[in-house]
Amino acid sequence: MTARPAFRLPVAVTVVAVTVAVRAAAALLAVGALGATLWYGVEDPGIALAFGVLIAVGELARWGSGKGREPAPLGAAGALAYALVGECAGRPSHHGVLQVVAIVVAAGLVGAVPHVALGRGPCLDHIARRVLSVGFAALCFQPLYNSGQLTAVTGHGPAYAVVIVTLLALTALCDAVLAAAMAHDRSGWPFGPLLREELRGMSGVGSAVCASGAVMALAVAVAGLWALPVFSFPLLLTQLAFRRYAAVRTTYRQTIASLARATEIAGYTPAGHARRVADLSRAMGRDLGLPGPDLGVLEYAALMHDIGQLSLVDPVPAGATAALPEAEQRRIALLGGAVVRQTGVAADVAVVVERQADPFHEQPLAARIVRTANAYDEMAREQGPHGPLGALERLRLATGRDHQPEVVEALARVLARGRGRGSGGRGRPGTRRCAPAGRGSAGDVAGGVGKVRLTPRPPG
Amino acid sequence: MRPVPPRARGYVLGAALGGAACVAPAFGPDTPWSVLALLAVLYAAGEHAVRRDVAAATFFPVLLAGVFLLPPAAAALAAVPGALCARVERRPRGLRRLWRAAQPALAAWAAGHVYAALGGPAAASAPDFPYVLLPAVAAVLAFALALTALDGGILLTAELVPARTAWRGLLLRSLAPVSVHGLAGLMMAVLWSSPYGPPAALLVLLPMGVSCWVFAQYHRERSAHQATIRALVQAVDLKDRYTRGHSERVGRASVLIARELGMADDRVELLRFAGILHDVGKLGVPTRLLRKEGPLTPQERRVIELHPEYGHEMVRGIGFLGEARAAVLHHHERIDGSGYPYGLTGAQIPEAARVVAVADAFDAMTSTRSYRRARPVPAAVAELERCAGVQFDAAMVRALARALQRHGWSSEVTAGTETTAGGEPVRGAAAEAASGAASEPVREAASEAASEAAGGRPRSGRR
Repeated sequence: MTARPAFRLPVAVTVVAVTVAVRAAAALLAVGALGATLWYGVEDPGIALAFGVLIAVGELARWGSGKGREPAPLGAAGALAYALVGECAGRPSHHGVLQVVAIVVAAGLVGAVPHVALGRGPCLDHIARRVLSVGFAALCFQPLYNSGQLTAVTGHGPAYAVVIVTLLALTALCDAVLAAAMAHDRSGWPFGPLLREELRGMSGVGSAVCASGAVMALAVAVAGLWALPVFSFPLLLTQLAFRRYAAVRTTYRQTIASLARATEIAGYTPAGHARRVADLSRAMGRDLGLPGPDLGVLEYAALMHDIGQLSLVDPVPAGATAALPEAEQRRIALLGGAVVRQTGVAADVAVVVERQADPFHEQPLAARIVRTANAYDEMAREQGPHGPLGALERLRLATGRDHQPEVVEALARVLARGRGRGSGGRGRPGTRRCAPAGRGSAGDVAGGVGKVRLTPRPPG
Repeated sequence: MRPVPPRARGYVLGAALGGAACVAPAFGPDTPWSVLALLAVLYAAGEHAVRRDVAAATFFPVLLAGVFLLPPAAAALAAVPGALCARVERRPRGLRRLWRAAQPALAAWAAGHVYAALGGPAAASAPDFPYVLLPAVAAVLAFALALTALDGGILLTAELVPARTAWRGLLLRSLAPVSVHGLAGLMMAVLWSSPYGPPAALLVLLPMGVSCWVFAQYHRERSAHQATIRALVQAVDLKDRYTRGHSERVGRASVLIARELGMADDRVELLRFAGILHDVGKLGVPTRLLRKEGPLTPQERRVIELHPEYGHEMVRGIGFLGEARAAVLHHHERIDGSGYPYGLTGAQIPEAARVVAVADAFDAMTSTRSYRRARPVPAAVAELERCAGVQFDAAMVRALARALQRHGWSSEVTAGTETTAGGEPVRGAAAEAASGAASEPVREAASEAASEAAGGRPRSGRR
């Protein structure tokens, strides 16, 4: 997922208390661990070297710049495994918490060198979270193990494996809370849905990383360091699968965005309208607490909501469908739904597009949001500099039949937040410098739409 | 639905009998039934979960863990219940079930024997790394070979692929996924027989399951993407009715030319998209103008001539299209510089655009429009050759003429059907069978092997 320079705000505005605290804690921990390890020397250098190489390779093979999902599953799994290694091929190991953190940091830095050299700097927040979560896992495990209390209780049997898995689950939970808190801090979205989304994202690559970490730790205990290369291959494959999936998703979003621009290029709607409505809808949906998949449906529907106009022989004046008679609006919506059904997006998207012109109490929530966002964008454009507030007033007056009051209020909150954060009336409050896991928006790939300058159209 | 040829029926029945003979010894006294039952249930669950999403993958890590944990006959038996219970989408269901049970059973049996012969069981329970890797790798190789041999037989008997080509590329394609699944299976077996026991072994399945799931999502998303490209093209058809199917055919002709010029597979694929999308900018031209009967005024003509720029404006955001975007912009340029939008000459015109220009003109001549009838192919080629060097790149025209001699041309309209985006000539039936639906881009075929591993094996022979 690429950054969106168009929406980037000054760092000082977006990064606040929690983020600063997290980064500071991570930096402190990393420096302290490195210092202590240099001072006291490395225990079990063979094991440390093997895991260090694994983490560095995983970091090398990562993709993206750390935004979005876990970008380096192999590195993350290796780091967690190192935090949870108690013995190697039957012989106990002796490394402590600080050494774990030091090795993870050092290997991460080595692996990051080529990326930085190529200008793809890592995402600071991601590194901070990695350091803290590995530190947490090691802190829970190593003192307990090294003092012999853990094996005294569980022995070396299935119970030990269960303890390892439980520790990893706990670590993942802490990581999710941290990520959600940072995202909340940055964007101002409600914390609950953000956390839910983080946890849902966990079920994919997150669970694979945790399970791999556990498997590596246990397999090293049984089979020694040979277990690392043997199990790295399957995990690299998981990484490859995710990468290809991400690539095809990006391509797909770009294509949907292109389809959405068809109406703009055809002169049926003003430039950037689809993109703006999609961003606004997404922000409103998030404000109303919609879960991630619904936000995706909402965004695609909003992008393509005007596609039915392609079937019109003559454009609607200024593309203002909200001002048309209702029967005509519905006809265009149905035509749009027919086109959308051919695009292979989820059927929900087509339903939203088809029902965008219905009275709100007959609509699904996503369609209500699209309808309100569309009406707002058209009205706010009409009325010049005083447009936004006037448009909001008019929408509030129309809450009897056309627009749901709660949705209009969500719009008002989104707009207020947008103004408060200095992004003006763009309807996109804040920006995600590192997106919370498991989501991305079509905006990632079509961020340029708002800036598109169409070739001047000759009369005709 | 084609009926199944009798010899294919015989082949499957033969394989099933062979499988039964392999499995039979498992009903002796020294089979560890609890391990076998657990593995069989896992395999069945994995198959069920995987097939629900994509009808292509097989969940091998469990099966290979069985090879490393059980005697050969028992390992073969572990595959049977899952395959017999799994849902089968296409008819004839009974025969397919039988095949899906017999094939992995035979492969597991063969792999188990190889593994035992090299002293694998003793090495794995120690565990004696790195020696245990030798029997494991040999077993994986045997497994892949057996699968491939059996798959080729199916292509030969059921799909009537010639014997020369039936096995081509099958082994390479299945080796990568099977060996990765084999490593996971080995790790599972080692952990299973360690003090940590089956719970630790089950953890191995989680990342494998996740990658299968991601792979299924990948397939779904990719077909959705192709549908969207089709929708873009169909949106043009909505406006400009007489060009129905034109885009698809230009895509096909572009592929013919590109192949003839010896371009790499991924460039060929881009050219197909270039051909399909070349007129997408007509979305930006007023519908009234596109549908106008009779001659156009110079001003109207200028408006229509904007369509390459509109098209480029639309597709420039689609990263993967690469040089196809330049082809969309420049497909109306002429070699002598009299074309539009920029009046480029000769080699200034991107190669992809020169290909699409010839393909476009060829299809325009050989298809029926409301205002004139189609010309026969030889006449169209003669006309192209007449304009070569002035309007068209002579190399492209020659390539098209050669390709047409070799492959022929059918101007059937396939728009709206399942295979539209993939209207590519057959590249050898085995390859096509392997790449599944005909709409899968060729560009994927090369890298398919590595990635199929994530979600199982390629679709070859999965009838």
